[in-house]
Amino acid sequence: MAIAFTVNGEPHSVEVPSTLSLLEILRNHLGLTGTRYGCGLEQCGCCTVLIDDQPAYACSREMGTVAGRAVTTIEGLGSAAQPHPIQQAFLDEQAGQCGYCLSGIVISAKALLDRNPDPGRDEIVAALDRHLCRCGAHQRILRAVERAATALRAAGAAGRKP
Amino acid sequence: MTAPPLPASLPASLVDNPRLDRWIRFLPDRTVRIATGKVEMGQGIVTAIGQIAADELDVPLDRVAVLSGDTAEGPDELYTTSSLSIEVSGASVRLVCAEVRAKALDRAALRLNCSRDDLAVIDGGFVQNGTPTGQDYWTIAGEIDLGQPATGAAPMKSAAEYRIVGRPVPRLDLPAKLSGSAFVHDRLPADVLHARTLRQPCRGAELTVLDEAAIRRAALRQHAAGELQIVRDANFVAFASPVESVAEAAAAAAPSHATWAGVRRLAPVQQEAAWLQGQPSDDRRIGAWPAPASPPERLVQASFSRPYIAHASMAPSCALARFDDGRLTVLSHGQGMHPLRRNLAEALGLPVEAVTARHLHGAGCYGHNGADDAALDAALVARRLPGRWIRLQWRREEEFGYEPVGAAMLVTLHVGLNERGRPADWTTEIWSPTHVQRPGSGSGHLLATEALAEPPPEIAPFDPPEARGGGGTRNAVPLYDVPAHRILHHLVLRPPVRTSALRGLGALPNVFAIESLIDDLAERAGEDPVAYRLSILSDPRARHLVQRVADWAGWAARGPSGTGQGLGLGIARYKNRSAYAAVVAAVTVRQEVKVDRIWCVADAGLVINPDGARNQLEGGIVQAVSWTLKEQVRLDEQGIASRDWQSYPILRFSEVPEIEVELVDGAANPPLGVGECTVGPTAAAIGNAVSHALGMRIHDMPLTRERIAAALLKV
Repeated sequence: MAIAFTVNGEPHSVEVPSTLSLLEILRNHLGLTGTRYGCGLEQCGCCTVLIDDQPAYACSREMGTVAGRAVTTIEGLGSAAQPHPIQQAFLDEQAGQCGYCLSGIVISAKALLDRNPDPGRDEIVAALDRHLCRCGAHQRILRAVERAATALRAAGAAGRKP
Repeated sequence: MTAPPLPASLPASLVDNPRLDRWIRFLPDRTVRIATGKVEMGQGIVTAIGQIAADELDVPLDRVAVLSGDTAEGPDELYTTSSLSIEVSGASVRLVCAEVRAKALDRAALRLNCSRDDLAVIDGGFVQNGTPTGQDYWTIAGEIDLGQPATGAAPMKSAAEYRIVGRPVPRLDLPAKLSGSAFVHDRLPADVLHARTLRQPCRGAELTVLDEAAIRRAALRQHAAGELQIVRDANFVAFASPVESVAEAAAAAAPSHATWAGVRRLAPVQQEAAWLQGQPSDDRRIGAWPAPASPPERLVQASFSRPYIAHASMAPSCALARFDDGRLTVLSHGQGMHPLRRNLAEALGLPVEAVTARHLHGAGCYGHNGADDAALDAALVARRLPGRWIRLQWRREEEFGYEPVGAAMLVTLHVGLNERGRPADWTTEIWSPTHVQRPGSGSGHLLATEALAEPPPEIAPFDPPEARGGGGTRNAVPLYDVPAHRILHHLVLRPPVRTSALRGLGALPNVFAIESLIDDLAERAGEDPVAYRLSILSDPRARHLVQRVADWAGWAARGPSGTGQGLGLGIARYKNRSAYAAVVAAVTVRQEVKVDRIWCVADAGLVINPDGARNQLEGGIVQAVSWTLKEQVRLDEQGIASRDWQSYPILRFSEVPEIEVELVDGAANPPLGVGECTVGPTAAAIGNAVSHALGMRIHDMPLTRERIAAALLKV
């Protein structure tokens, strides 16, 4: 049976067993490798994507439950050449070392800032606490999310679409 | 004609790879390609090497492309370890670029019929008395013989002339990592087969039954149209499929359909550092032996420990391999591609020339994790299934369960004091398994070789020699003015788990022990820990850091002990000869320890990329906080039992302290790597802060809720 859903605004239909993970489809079928495998156990956050604007673990999410839904991956935010303001804020803060955890963290930051454009430090920490970072870039990452919030609010006030 | 021998003072990498073209090439697109054998692990080395080359050549940084870890084209610099990349590879690139610059200017002067002194280089172009000559590196490159060996004789720039070195430069690799495909894990060639393994439980275990039909049924249950290939080579088993979840399901099901004989049984008690004492060991005495007899009233002894800890990379190890006509190509995130090439050739019985190993980025490893082992796993599958790419990835539980772990250590200090309560005589006694079992170094081999029909002979473990900084003995000698010091090193021969390099090796437990005892000696003398340290510390760089970090952290206002709030300090010079770091930690201790704030002042000599260096210092601090408070590899009868992030928790966003880092201006001194210098001082500062907060010391890491409760009960 075909499963239809959208990824980064594009409609897709895949003929796969409904128990296959969203992560496997994104990476191995659609070539969207910015969403990363870390543990397969919902413990590290590397595979975080947005499903209908809510952060979700792609590693454990079965395709059957994604039918008709809208998925956003890191590639849907921006590219190296044209980064989204959140990605740009991470670059400005040099927020990362190995970078493996970053795409999931940026996605969670997007979900946070979409619902709360002016979060306090505690709210950012709470939103990112489902993510692990082994290199110890945490403080830079927190500053990057604050910087992104400021940039997005400024863009919003100026009437620009981020 | 043979080239004259290189001066012995050249960096080792340049002695091993003297040809200039192993390091530098001018490409037709007006870029210059710099090759390094050191690899990017998130520490920013590729960016820093690019900065060094750009400055020495006088080309803009965006014209420099750095090729890292490539056995076909780049230099052999062994492994990327010990915070030595800047010191060794950076120094080599600097010499090579200076020499090529001089050769190019000589050649240009000849062509322009002028003196070399009339020429300058601006943005890669040659300028005569301020006027462009139309000549540049790329017009001249064809006339320079880069096949010549480096002499190391060309004059290099002074630190004052640097324009790019010493300035913060954004990491070149970060944009890709923030937006999409960036890692070896992300290489998915069109016909790739995904592979997983069934691991031999331990060396010597024999696979007596493997129910392949049952594994096949389990793997294809969800994917009836899928295919699965089972590769078996003696006690090595792997599962390969075009569908990744089929290979994964096979590997997940396999252990319950496999019977092993000869499995070594462990006991949980072996997970503790205390177990090491009394085990068979190779004992070495280093330093001022024999020890004098101190009067008992002036002899202080205390023991400290750290358990086994994991690298715990965010990504499980992964490699791609392809076998074509007897030639093997491997893509790996290991720390040394040339050693990997040799190790793979040896394991597979191939000539070295038949193997190419290329580095692609992986998650941060902080030492020797499963990366190299996954490369052999992939190669073993590729040999059986030639002509297409094999992408082998370890499972999360495999990464935790089978990577080499950081060695546990028990450290007992025996210190004789003088009449003023200062150390007059110092013995550091260490029990620890080896800290390095890197394949090909003579101390270890690739994991799957043990599962093959003819496993390599068991290796008698040894530690890195003191000349290379030591392993268990790293930082075992105090930085302080101690008239006589010595080490008794018990290298434990049969640890329960495979141990190998992890950020700092023995530096963290040794510095934790030494700096803890120094605080206790200060208390015994009735003196402030900072004042006490300064009274026995003559190294001016270290003194400066202690004073600076104490001032910055408001040490003068430090409160009384036993209030639940603590402030503690730790200092060390990594390997006693590399970068210095002094750290102050502020903690709150209730049921558990919360590290509230960290101040760090470091002296790393000339810093190539200050922001990159700060990032490394901060990262080392966070990792050390995590080790000190939370981490311990747990064992059960079968082996490592902590196989996920719940049983092996690491520091989270909600637990990370505020961190402030300052680099002192060290441009007058040679550059030193900074990846490892903070870990010991951070652990020590936390230990001392907890002691200050509680009014009693906890000697064993991690400083958990259980240990605090036990310490409080003793009162």
